[in-house]
Amino acid sequence: MISLAGRDILHSWGKFVFTGFGLGLLIGVTLIMAGVYRGMVDDAKVLLDNSSADLWVVQKNTLGPYAESSSIYDDEWRGIRSMPGVARTANVTYLTMQVRHGNRDVRSMISGIAAGQPGQPGWPPYLIDGRQITRGHYEAVADVATGFKLGDTLQIRRNQYKVVGLTRRMVSSNGDPMVFIPLKDAQEAQFLKDNDAILEQRRRNAQNPEFSQPGAPGLFDALNSSQTNNPYVNSVLVQVKHGSSPEEVAQAIERWKRLTVYTREEMEEILIGKMIATSAKQIGMFLAILAVVSAAIVAFIIYTLTLGKIREIAVLKLIGTRNRTIAGMILQQAIALGVIGFVVGKISATFGAPAFPKYVLLEPMDSAAGFVAVVVICILSSIIAIRAALKVDPAEAVGG
Amino acid sequence: MSGKGIRIEGLRKRYGSGDTAVDALKEVNMVVAPGEVVGLIGPSGSGKSTLLKCLGAVIEPSAGTMTLGDEVIYDNEWKVKDIRALRRDKIGFVFQAPYLIPFLDVTDNVALPPMLAGVANKESRMSALALLEALDVQHRAKAMPSQLSGGEQQRVAIARGLVNRPPVILADEPTAPLDSERALAVIKILNDMAKKFETAIIVVTHDEKIIPTFKRIYHIRDGVTYEEKGEGRAFDI
Repeated sequence: MISLAGRDILHSWGKFVFTGFGLGLLIGVTLIMAGVYRGMVDDAKVLLDNSSADLWVVQKNTLGPYAESSSIYDDEWRGIRSMPGVARTANVTYLTMQVRHGNRDVRSMISGIAAGQPGQPGWPPYLIDGRQITRGHYEAVADVATGFKLGDTLQIRRNQYKVVGLTRRMVSSNGDPMVFIPLKDAQEAQFLKDNDAILEQRRRNAQNPEFSQPGAPGLFDALNSSQTNNPYVNSVLVQVKHGSSPEEVAQAIERWKRLTVYTREEMEEILIGKMIATSAKQIGMFLAILAVVSAAIVAFIIYTLTLGKIREIAVLKLIGTRNRTIAGMILQQAIALGVIGFVVGKISATFGAPAFPKYVLLEPMDSAAGFVAVVVICILSSIIAIRAALKVDPAEAVGG
Repeated sequence: MSGKGIRIEGLRKRYGSGDTAVDALKEVNMVVAPGEVVGLIGPSGSGKSTLLKCLGAVIEPSAGTMTLGDEVIYDNEWKVKDIRALRRDKIGFVFQAPYLIPFLDVTDNVALPPMLAGVANKESRMSALALLEALDVQHRAKAMPSQLSGGEQQRVAIARGLVNRPPVILADEPTAPLDSERALAVIKILNDMAKKFETAIIVVTHDEKIIPTFKRIYHIRDGVTYEEKGEGRAFDI
C-alpha cells in the first residue's frame, strides 16, 4: 500500500515546508528557552567549579556569599587554615557592579583574590591570554565576555586597573562576566567610601559628644581610623586535604569558628534551588505556554488541511478505505509537520543561541525530549482532525 | 439474469419515523444484466440519489432485497458483514465530477482500490495500466489529475471504477460537465467496458444528449421506478 500521507506531502510540499518553517521558529524559541535555563544552571556550576573550593565559609546564618551578603573578618582564614583536614584557604570578595570601559559600562562581577599562585581558591584556574595578577594593586584579569582586551584600562570606583590577563567562561551565577582584582583593592572598592563621605562622617563624629569624652582622648582618632580600614571579606574559600571529608571539616569549622560553612552540594542547592528557582518557574511557564501555542497551531493547520480534503476523504471511504488508513494519513502528516518544525527549530536554535547576551546551553537530551514532546503534541493535535475525517460520510461523494 | 448483474426487488427507504417520516423510496424494482448499461432518470427529489446510495451500500435501505450476481446482499437487512469491503470489491463508482485524488498520479488513482483490497502495488499498477490503455489514456499514466482535461479525468475515474472488476458500476451524472461529443464518448466507453468486463452499469442522468443512447431506461418518480422499454428507440454510438 502506498503512503497516502507521503504522497500528499510531496504534492503540496510548499504548504508543509512553509508551515513547518513557521512552526520551527516557534520550536526554536522553545528550545532556546530551555537552553536559557540550562545556561543559568551551568553558570551557577561554573562559578562553583572555577572557585576551586570544597567549602565556603561565610557569615553565620547567611546564605552568602552569592545568594546573600556575608561579611567575615579577613583574618579568619588563618584559624580555619589550622583546622584538621584543611589544605588551603583564601579570602575572597564578590561585588557586582558596572565597570567603566571607555564610553560604556560593562556589568561584571568583581572578585577580589588574595595574593598567591594559580590553583589557589578563588583564582581563575586558566587564562587564554596574558598572565595572572602578580602585583598587589591595580592589575586585573578579565573574562573575554566583558569585551576588555589585554592592556585595556578599566575603572572600578576611584581606581584604574590594567588588564594583564584574559580568561574565559568565568561568570557569576547571573551570567555576568567576572573581573579579578587584588583582594585589598576589592575590599576598598566594596566597603570604602569616597573622600567627601569620609569627611562628612568625621564631621559627624566630631560633633557627637559620645566620641569626645575627656576620659578617652584617643577614642575619636581610633574611630576615624577604623572607618578608613576594611577588615572584611565575603567568604573564605577552603580546599580540604585529599582523603578528608568536606562534611566533617565543615562541621568542625562551624563548631569552633562560629561561622556557617557550605559544602559544594549545599552551595549548588542554594544557587540552583533557591537563586534561580523563580527564573526556572518563569521559564517553565513560558515553555508550557509555547507548548500549548504549538499544539494549537498544529491542530489548526492539520484540521484546516483535513477540511480541505473532505471530498477526497469521502471518495476514499466510498471506495473502501479503512478508517484507520485515513486516520493514519492525518496522523503521519501531523508528525511530518512536527518533524519538519523540529528540524527547522533545532537549526534555528543552534545558530541563534550564540547571539543571545547570556549563555544558552542546548543540551542534546533536551533536544531529544523536545523532539518527543513535539511528536506527542502533534499526535494529540491531530485528534480533532482525525475525528472530523472519521465523521465524513462517504455519501458526500455521491449525488446531492 | 444469471451469474452477475444486479437485481432489486421491492426496495424501500424511509427517513425518520412517526409523523415526520419521509418515504424517499417506495417501490424500487430493477434488473440490470451483466454487460448492460441502463439509464436511471427522474426529476429532482424523485429519489435518485437515495436509490444510488442504497445501491452503493452507502446507506441502509428500510426493506426489500438486493442481489449482486448470485449473492443476496440485502434482504430487509444487510446480509454481508463488511459493507466497506462490499463497496470496495463489488461496486464501482463514477461521479459527476471525477473526484480523483489530487495527490496521486493517474496510475495510482486507478490502482488505489486494488491496493486497498490488499493486492500488491506492482500488480495493482499493472491492472491500472491495462485499464488506462483500454480507455486510451495510457499516455497520461504519470500525470497528476490537475494536468488532465475533463474528458481524460472522467476516463481515469471510469478506470478506477472498473479496476476491481466489480459486477456493478454506479455512474452518477458522469457526463454532466462534458460537451456532447465528449459525453457520447464517455457513454460509448461505459458500453464498451460493460461488454468487455461483463459489468452491469447504472447511469443516473439528466443529460438529454445521452438519454437516447440507452436501450433500457428506468424512470423514478416519487420513489417508485417504472421501466421504459426502449426497443428501437436507442441509437448506436
